[in-house]
Amino acid sequence: MTENSRPDEGGSAYVDAVEKRAPANVAFAGTGVGTPKPRRNGLGEALSAVLGSKWLAAAIALLAIALPYLNSGTYVIRIATDALIFVMLAVGLNVVVGYCGLLDLGYAAFFAIGAYTAGVLATKGGWPILATVPVVVLAAVAAGLIIGGPTLRLRSDYLAIVTLGFGEIIRITANNLDFTGGPNGLYGIPDFGDFGYRTDIAIYWVTAVVVCLAVLFSSRIGRGRLGRAWRFVREDEDAAEAMGIHTYKVKFAAYIGGAIFGGLAGVLFAVHQTAISPPSFNFLWSALILMAVVLGGMGSTPGVVVGALVISLLPELLRGAQNWRFLIFGVLLIVVMIFRPQGLLPARIGEPRRRGRTAAPADAAREGSTA
Amino acid sequence: MDYYLQLVINGLFLGSFYGLVALGYSMVYGIIKLLNFAHGDIYMLGAFVGYTMLTVGAGALGGGTLVSLLIVMLLAMVLTGTVGLVLERVAYRPLRGAPRLSVLITAVGASFALEYGVAVGYGPNPRAYPVGVGGGSLSIFGARITVAQLAMMAIAMVLMVGLDALVRKTRSGRAMRAISQDPRACLLMGVNVDQVISRTFFIGSALAGAAGVMAGAYYGKIDFLMGFIIGLKAFTAAVIGGIGNLRGAVLGAIVLGLLESFGVAYLGSQWRDVFAFGFLILFLTVRPTGLLGERVTERV
Repeated sequence: MTENSRPDEGGSAYVDAVEKRAPANVAFAGTGVGTPKPRRNGLGEALSAVLGSKWLAAAIALLAIALPYLNSGTYVIRIATDALIFVMLAVGLNVVVGYCGLLDLGYAAFFAIGAYTAGVLATKGGWPILATVPVVVLAAVAAGLIIGGPTLRLRSDYLAIVTLGFGEIIRITANNLDFTGGPNGLYGIPDFGDFGYRTDIAIYWVTAVVVCLAVLFSSRIGRGRLGRAWRFVREDEDAAEAMGIHTYKVKFAAYIGGAIFGGLAGVLFAVHQTAISPPSFNFLWSALILMAVVLGGMGSTPGVVVGALVISLLPELLRGAQNWRFLIFGVLLIVVMIFRPQGLLPARIGEPRRRGRTAAPADAAREGSTA
Repeated sequence: MDYYLQLVINGLFLGSFYGLVALGYSMVYGIIKLLNFAHGDIYMLGAFVGYTMLTVGAGALGGGTLVSLLIVMLLAMVLTGTVGLVLERVAYRPLRGAPRLSVLITAVGASFALEYGVAVGYGPNPRAYPVGVGGGSLSIFGARITVAQLAMMAIAMVLMVGLDALVRKTRSGRAMRAISQDPRACLLMGVNVDQVISRTFFIGSALAGAAGVMAGAYYGKIDFLMGFIIGLKAFTAAVIGGIGNLRGAVLGAIVLGLLESFGVAYLGSQWRDVFAFGFLILFLTVRPTGLLGERVTERV
């Protein structure tokens, strides 16, 4: 049972859950603020359908891969690579927060672990960067086990704050140790090889292919059996447990999955930047990734991709107004949670073919509001 | 021996800071089961409010005496308390029936908004506090403690004892304890639940604001991210003591202060935060209910 802080109230987890939810409903009966109203209109539905279609996804993937032919300026390639890496992070965090409902506030830690593992092995050990990938995956899984092991058994709030602390631990550790280069970090990280093209374009292509595969993978896994289990756990953990889902294992799978995504994104980041240092992995990163996931729509792959692109490309347009930007992001998080908790481009769960004909509008609204 | 005594005194001093912030965390969590991420930023806001008042009204208050600092602290407490109240009203109350994840994300947003709101208002660079508390130092069995440290520990102690009395002895404290046990029954019994929750936020935020002013005056430098780490530490303290339990929060804060003080002495100050959070993770594995966690009936 997740209710660790109130051990005396034993009994049935389900009854506890109902009991817990009831007061809130009583307190707010009549005010109407607690229950999100259906906000889907025809246009939103259509937009969501277009964004969710696989043809659009394939077209965007093609466009991403063809970008160097359209514009091969170094500036364009650089920010496009940055944006793609950010998409990968957002899609990874979406598995943890969006699908499974576990709030991870230290996601940059896995990013840092990936970047530093690859960086240390490549610069100090002279490994080719591709050979570091298995080690990166192992390191990310190990970190996920250490943090997730104790905290996933507890209630979700604890996970949020422990991951927040974990993000700091990793950053400070990288700052204090010698072999990670201390405050100066690592530099001279090698690339994947140039395949006969300009180096930055070669890196861009590798990134684009990896990120496209990652997006595809996460979107597919979200629709499978495990994805359904994740959503169930997110909606009602106690009910999921009562229905025979091993919630601890399922949450662990989401957390470790997210860790691997973060670690691989870290490798791409290290190669792209060629130099990494501890300040690159502060809480701001974790918060921005979370923001991309929340704004785009938790659990919705197209939404998250769009959210990540917006969050990562916006600074290029709004230079110089950093603090204002973050202030607005913070306010936006509150506003989105109050008025549109499902995000701007919410997930369309369920079988698309069947819902088109038979689903009542009320069902659509319900599903939309659950994220 | 002197050396260890010094470490203990340092730890107690640190613990009294953490305690003031941890109390607000624990109170809010105890009543509405909300992790208020913005709590550390309220502490930061307190420091900045104090900074503004001391800069603007330094002449009127008669220079940097301890008395003027006390007055500023009280005013800052009222102001940060009000901010906490408004925050609850605007950000948290509309979501009281919403899923836990929504509320947590809102809290992160509130924290972000407060941090960068101050960064926009005061600029991102650290500010030097206009009033420092220097003063002489006393020697207790060979360990040094400054008068300022003693004064702050005393203030913290007074505030904590006052809060404890408030929660245990007064009518409104009884309402708080009742709500933490069963909000629905409270509603049926005619307790004004919303008002009590607002009051809780006010008190918790005021305590954090007081700690902020004290930290500003003691360390002499403030910046808009100063609440981040202390918020994490205060949470750690609250968890060690058993979150939701007020005496536990103070106990946890003292334990954490002592641990840090000794940890820094043995490992070096660059590992201070790693040590504290590592301990948090370890503690959650071994005893997630905290030191005083199982006394459910005593919780606020």
